[in-house]
Amino acid sequence: MTALQEKPKAVAPSGPPPRRRGKRATALAGTDKLVLALMLGIPTFVHLLFVWIPTLGSVALSFSRWNGIGGFEDIEWIGVGNYVEIFTEYPRFWPAVQHNLIWLLFLLIVPTSAGLLLAVLLDRELRFSRIYQSALYMPMVLSLALVGFIWQLIYTPDGGLLNSVLGLDKPVDWIGDSDINLYAVMVAAAWRHTGYIMLLYLAGLKSVDPALKEAASLDGASASQTFFRVTFPVMKPVNIVVAVVTVIEALRAFDIVYVINKGRNGLELLSVLVTDNIIGEASRIGRGSAVAVILLTISLGVIIPYLYQTFSKENRS
Amino acid sequence: MTATLERPSVPVKKTRPTTPARVALHVFLILTCLMTLAPLLWAVYASLRTYDDTSVNGYFSIAKSLTFENFAKAWEIGDLPHFYWNTFLITVPALLITLVLSSMVAFAVSRFSFKFNIGLLMLFTAGNLLPQQVIVTPLWRLYRLIELPAWMSESESLIDSPLGVILIHIAFQMGFCTFVLSNYMKTIPYELTEAARVDGASVFRQYWQLTLPLCRPVLAALATLEFTWIYNDFLWALVLIQDGDKMPVTSALQNLKGTFFTDNNLIAAGSLLVALPTLVVFFVLQRQFVGGLTLGSTKG
Amino acid sequence: MVLHTPGSTPLPHFGRRTMLRVMLAGAGVAATGGLLSACGGGSSTGGESKVVTFGNNLSDQVPKDAITAAVKAFEAQSGGLSVTINTKQHEQYQEQINNYLQGKPDDVLAWFAGYRMRFFADQGLTGDLTDLWGKIGGNYSDALKQASTGTDGKQYFVPFTQYAWGMFYRKSVWQEKGYAVPKTLDELVALATKMKADGLIPIAFAQKQGWPGMGTFDQLNFRTNGYQFHVDLLAGKEDWQDKRVKDVFDTWKRLLPFHQENALGREWQEAAQTLQQKKSGMYLLGAFVGQQFPDAEKEDLDFFPFPEINPTHGTDTVEAPIDGYMLAKKPSNSDGALKLMEYLSSAEPQLAYLKADPTAVATNQKADQAGYSPLQKKVADTIKNAKHITQFLDRDTDPGFASEAATNGLIEFIKDPNNIDSVLKGMADQAKNIFK
Repeated sequence: MTALQEKPKAVAPSGPPPRRRGKRATALAGTDKLVLALMLGIPTFVHLLFVWIPTLGSVALSFSRWNGIGGFEDIEWIGVGNYVEIFTEYPRFWPAVQHNLIWLLFLLIVPTSAGLLLAVLLDRELRFSRIYQSALYMPMVLSLALVGFIWQLIYTPDGGLLNSVLGLDKPVDWIGDSDINLYAVMVAAAWRHTGYIMLLYLAGLKSVDPALKEAASLDGASASQTFFRVTFPVMKPVNIVVAVVTVIEALRAFDIVYVINKGRNGLELLSVLVTDNIIGEASRIGRGSAVAVILLTISLGVIIPYLYQTFSKENRS
Repeated sequence: MTATLERPSVPVKKTRPTTPARVALHVFLILTCLMTLAPLLWAVYASLRTYDDTSVNGYFSIAKSLTFENFAKAWEIGDLPHFYWNTFLITVPALLITLVLSSMVAFAVSRFSFKFNIGLLMLFTAGNLLPQQVIVTPLWRLYRLIELPAWMSESESLIDSPLGVILIHIAFQMGFCTFVLSNYMKTIPYELTEAARVDGASVFRQYWQLTLPLCRPVLAALATLEFTWIYNDFLWALVLIQDGDKMPVTSALQNLKGTFFTDNNLIAAGSLLVALPTLVVFFVLQRQFVGGLTLGSTKG
Repeated sequence: MVLHTPGSTPLPHFGRRTMLRVMLAGAGVAATGGLLSACGGGSSTGGESKVVTFGNNLSDQVPKDAITAAVKAFEAQSGGLSVTINTKQHEQYQEQINNYLQGKPDDVLAWFAGYRMRFFADQGLTGDLTDLWGKIGGNYSDALKQASTGTDGKQYFVPFTQYAWGMFYRKSVWQEKGYAVPKTLDELVALATKMKADGLIPIAFAQKQGWPGMGTFDQLNFRTNGYQFHVDLLAGKEDWQDKRVKDVFDTWKRLLPFHQENALGREWQEAAQTLQQKKSGMYLLGAFVGQQFPDAEKEDLDFFPFPEINPTHGTDTVEAPIDGYMLAKKPSNSDGALKLMEYLSSAEPQLAYLKADPTAVATNQKADQAGYSPLQKKVADTIKNAKHITQFLDRDTDPGFASEAATNGLIEFIKDPNNIDSVLKGMADQAKNIFK
């Protein structure tokens, strides 16, 4: 905590002068209790009401057979039937699970290492550094409509940029060939994600106390040793943020495949299956909710232990 | 406020001589940047060409002429000013309220010890990690049940109302902001609020006058990030808004994609126009963004 | 485990109970607020409303302007009614339809005839138009009335325009190469072979969007097995593993080498452009393919009905989807809505609209065809002379079956045409699940 101490001092005086001067005991007064209760209560209430209560609703609906029309009395409760159907019959389910896992691995490996590499390269006194940074993270602010659209201009089999540049005799069907389209789309997703990761790591690197690095190099450590033994471990908080952001992106991946071909033909993802079943003309709310619950379970299965470890370690330190 | 961003800068060295390594580094970075920008430039190029040109010659060809016509057309046909305003009405309140609410939670859990602190943080963070689709159906039902007076929502319920979209953005995005803000607030020396409390400062003052000003950099960073996320959202509006005129600009962009006739050059121009506000916000707030994350990530 | 914050001094603790109480109070306030306003809600129908709301899915600029103009013409002669138009992007409109109908739908709303209309009418989500049909019935042929009728024998739909599916080609290309319209499947294969030798892509094809291939399936199916089988199969009354379905796919497999390659990565607009650019010889699609043609070249576009496969059925069926309007279940202005629908069933707005969309035809049988292009005339004649009219695979079956099983099944088949049996097994299983 040492590095930060002088900053608060620099700011504190600039705050508006206190309105009240009356002295109080250190114990929390009644008003304070109420204020604190509201500060926690209102956000928690909003969050629970609009996020977690609907989530529980989805869990309940996953045991139903319902087309989404009519009131709750029209819902037919069928137990675990949806899950049985999904695991045994639903032809798109297992491919979707597989694609989600590939997606997660790909995002954890490619954009993360590329972003880290770029951040390391840019974290020095360098001319045009800001221009490089701007160019590299530009894609992350674009809407997925644009990202999907741009990459289709590149991938389209006849007259697309990629095939034209490669000049192959037989055009490659980057989007239509289900053996390669997942990877083609992941490249587009990584294109958008890398700049973001780079930025996070750049911020992390800037916050590393240079004295640490200097000490390491005085001890005769090579640049890469310094990086992996000193810098990288110190950046643990950034690594956490990167991991969380990447997992969110991977499990939530949806828009880009939906824009490209509605997530069919090799681009199935769990989020697409949920959407297909619950949005649209003929909803199968039960089956969609069951896929949603499976996705939820996977997410929570990864996230909860991770968060728990993060938060409790922090508190012990 | 940028004054607070001074970080321990690397000791300034004499201007480096141009070494081969440096040149290689620049070459590598320039190439990487060009590769990153290439797809975007390709779209810009397409947007500057006419349909007649590309439909005959294909996209991989030298343009016969370049024109801003598509931008004017997209602006007009897409009725963009109207939809920008819709987006503004959703994004700005959602952004502000999200920051206020999540900073309150972050303040409370980072300054006071409750037994449920970790549980609460996990609840918020995990909530943010949920795939949006998981809650769509029940949320829609819930929204239909909540009736509102006409002055709050034209449709008299949360369905088909910007308010409904704002609320779900707040509920969802609070997770990430709380996570980041609480991490950050833990780095603020505890003695600071402690001293204020001894002086009799109320909890609200500790929060509003002491803690929040210190969080400005990280708030700016979050604002930038959340702005792009809320701005680019597509699903919530699609599910919750029924009136085409109330759609935010990202969803309204679909109107440019014709059902029976598609002019990709026009779509390219429209998409670039829609992307413009996020680009502007990003460049303007770039310094805060990087700075904010720098401070936020020093200590977790 | 022990949890404590980094600070050294013990922090003020506060009861979880206080917190709970506050939160519950908050919830209570919200809930009562909801109930109170719930009592007051829904009373906005009182009084004589002069406003009719109109849900429009024609979001492209040109058709949108045209339908707006038609609605304005209605306002002018309605004696003081005004129409509020709510336009949504075509695909978004369809994705939302379920929630839209259950939420606060517009009084008059765009939709499609046939099974796709019945699906919602059956569940009581749209208004009964039987009385209105008493007045406007004379405007329509029996086939159109049939397509507007729900399973309970009542009418729920007012047709507006219609278009046809067929094999489209450029007259100039065919003249130059001396191609003749094929009458049978064998002639079609011979023609395609010749086109291939001439360096053309015989049949343009695109299946990225998932639905265009359904048109091919439909044509092959009702040419092979007839109209009734098409209807029964899509209504879940026939088995997808039936030999007759397999025959359809076998025929398709025979034709597939003449189709444009890489169809799964291509949108139909791009395929249509190869026809327009004279790179492909023909394209099995709806008449809307003409919208990809510049005005000067629209005259050059012609079509022929898919050739005969089975002499029993000849070419007696044409696929001609009908677009039109439904009434909301509880319209805010019922009288005004019915007046608007009556107007839309007349020839005048339909013809006015067709000026902007010259690939479709009017559904009103009294509409004057003098202003039609040769292509429109041919479409109108084909529809008039057909013994049976189908809508389209995704309009003639359960929407869930169409968007999941049928779409993905066709994609699987195109990906690997040797895999017909397993594709059909998958489709049959899902059909059994849906049409229980």
